[in-house]
Amino acid sequence: MPREKIPRQKMPEQAPEERRRNFQEVPYGFTPELAQLEASRCIFCKKPKCIEGCPVEIDIPAFVKLIRDGDFLGAARKLKEANALPAICGRVCPQEEQCEVRCVIGIKDEPVAIGRLERFAADFERLNNLVEAPEIPPWTGKRAAVVGCGPAGLTVAGELAKLGHKVTIFEALHQPGGVLMYGIPEFRLPKAIVEAEVDYVKKLGVEIVYNAVVGRYQTVDELLAEGYDSVFLGTGAGLPYFMNIPGENLNGVYSANEYLTRSNLMRAYRFPEFDTPIAVSKKVAVLGGGNVAMDAARTALRLGADEVHIVYRRSRNEMPARIEEIHHAEEEGIQFQLLTNPTEILGDDQGWVKGMKCIRMELGEPDGSGRRRPVPIPGSEFLMEVDTVVVSIGNGANPLVPQTTPGLETNKWGNIIADKNTAATSKPGVYAGGDIVIGAATVILAMGAGKVAARAMHRYMMGIPEPAPEPEAPPAA
Amino acid sequence: MNEIITRKVLAEGVKEFAVAAPRLARARRAGQFVIVRVNETGERIPLTIADADPEAGTITLIFQEVGKSTLLLGTLQEGDRILDVVGPLGRPTHIENFGTVACLGGGIGVAPVHPIAKAMKEAGNHVIGIIGARTRDLLIMEDRMKAATSELHISTDDGSYGTHGFVTTVLEALVNEGRKIDLVVAIGPVPMMSASTKTAAKYNLPCVVSLNSIMVDGTGMCGACRVTVGGKTRFVCVDGPEFDGYQVDFVELVKRQRAYLKQEDVARRQFLEHHPGERCWETKVS
Repeated sequence: MPREKIPRQKMPEQAPEERRRNFQEVPYGFTPELAQLEASRCIFCKKPKCIEGCPVEIDIPAFVKLIRDGDFLGAARKLKEANALPAICGRVCPQEEQCEVRCVIGIKDEPVAIGRLERFAADFERLNNLVEAPEIPPWTGKRAAVVGCGPAGLTVAGELAKLGHKVTIFEALHQPGGVLMYGIPEFRLPKAIVEAEVDYVKKLGVEIVYNAVVGRYQTVDELLAEGYDSVFLGTGAGLPYFMNIPGENLNGVYSANEYLTRSNLMRAYRFPEFDTPIAVSKKVAVLGGGNVAMDAARTALRLGADEVHIVYRRSRNEMPARIEEIHHAEEEGIQFQLLTNPTEILGDDQGWVKGMKCIRMELGEPDGSGRRRPVPIPGSEFLMEVDTVVVSIGNGANPLVPQTTPGLETNKWGNIIADKNTAATSKPGVYAGGDIVIGAATVILAMGAGKVAARAMHRYMMGIPEPAPEPEAPPAA
Repeated sequence: MNEIITRKVLAEGVKEFAVAAPRLARARRAGQFVIVRVNETGERIPLTIADADPEAGTITLIFQEVGKSTLLLGTLQEGDRILDVVGPLGRPTHIENFGTVACLGGGIGVAPVHPIAKAMKEAGNHVIGIIGARTRDLLIMEDRMKAATSELHISTDDGSYGTHGFVTTVLEALVNEGRKIDLVVAIGPVPMMSASTKTAAKYNLPCVVSLNSIMVDGTGMCGACRVTVGGKTRFVCVDGPEFDGYQVDFVELVKRQRAYLKQEDVARRQFLEHHPGERCWETKVS
């Protein structure tokens, strides 16, 4: 079959009516045949645009070619040269706005399914127990401390270890992974995969200390005084935002962070086998339109709710969630209340949620974000009968490290200020990246920041001068 | 790490562990707490640090066995390890020389008030300790509170020991005697803290309370511990645990503490079925 005629291959997946009541992963992944077929769609551009779209600069055509040629292990190793967590990124990266959107095949046809191929190669290596750590150069004599074991921290740690530094990660929770463990649900990112990828980072020689809340247990200055030559801050998401409407402290109102942490990290979906409880709900409203909102809604369904509604004040076009996630949620029977804004959560005399007052919205003039501003339609108030409300409208910055680190500058929202090109903060030797710097973003952006930080930390620790910034205009010769 | 060095039974259903945690023992300040998880299937529960010995490298945890997690914790013996201990969490108590500070501890609340009384006394305050329990057998830490305070008063609900009445009965009597009090610190069950605040308000005394809300991560990520203080939502784990009692919505706090009563009951019953030897003196479900 000529190349142009091969359509983009779909991953087989659990049927919606089946998966909506279990926590197993939704797609099964490519078979080797499907992977090779999909890889054969790539034309291996001389100047590949896809790499430009990858925050961690994976040599995409090279690994795709290895898959096409049947060297699946080689493909996995190629991925890991640039990305220590490919099985995770293959699952949760928004490829449609990074690598795949730039794919030239996508101009006339659908782009090569780079994400699915990444996932396939990484899974092949792991499932066949072929994961091996590369040779680590001899110790440089330098130590780095990494605060937070999420995607940013794991990336920094892996990169620095590969350069020969000794790295210790300090993690506040009792498990590694950060948002990969507490935030993203099992059905989208199985925890065994997170554990395996963390194991790989450990194989690179990285040590992880759990239950260590930097800012309380020890300060950044103490880390520097105790022999760490540089520190990376990847503390992640902070306190959740709420709507600031009446009734938000009723029982049955959760932040998405709490709802997902109970279910994912604490395994509340297996209560009482696991001790952490979670609301047993009939009708759930999830407020917000992002990926986290989709995760919370689909979790609510799997926890046994009869009805789950996404309540979002703008229209479908403005929803920040990935199309794939919205599509999966819809297939599973999540109902979308678009152009709808809650105005009050109502409770019974015991303090439990019994309903939510909402108002319909319409789109007006564009606002500061360039999206059309939703405005309430007078007289359109109505009541939704719900017993659980999950607020998923983002989070602020965690204050613990900034509060206890003199000389560390933050912006007006409390996010740590870090240089875009080096991740350096205002404090010498201290770097930062991920949600604590850019606010709630994606796993891969955090990893990209981690990569930038690792290079700069390496230079700082080794006394290598920072490369001169690119000149703005060509010098007059 | 986290090994139980000594284990004592302070009263029926109330246990005290000295836990090896050297760094925590050095870092913690009065008013802070830890979160513990007993085993791999366990939940994360906040417990106050009742005391610490930086030289021995231990922290003291005192807890009442009310639900499955505390019952399970209570089954641990000397030499056992608590799976996870994380802290110190929360903001430390604001310690300064206020003059005279009344430290009120109700029931298990004596444990968290103890380090605060100690620190207040060390800062030069005259510390009036007022501790109470339902009945004499349930009163804890009397000797240590005596040492930590300048004077100690005791009350029991049933009159079996000390003043017949509540800690607020004693507070009120002292104020009526003309004793000048510059600050009240009240820690205990929510009704006790609410009553203490009301009594303090009657005499225009500032009153600090320490809130024991439900938590999950305890580090400022999940928002489970939110309370209404002064009409605004605050987070006990990073903004607290101590707040101005006048501003706290205690009615809401009680309701929020009861959010998982049904599940807690299921878990406790299941635990007691499998551990017939363990008994909880307060397992009656109302």
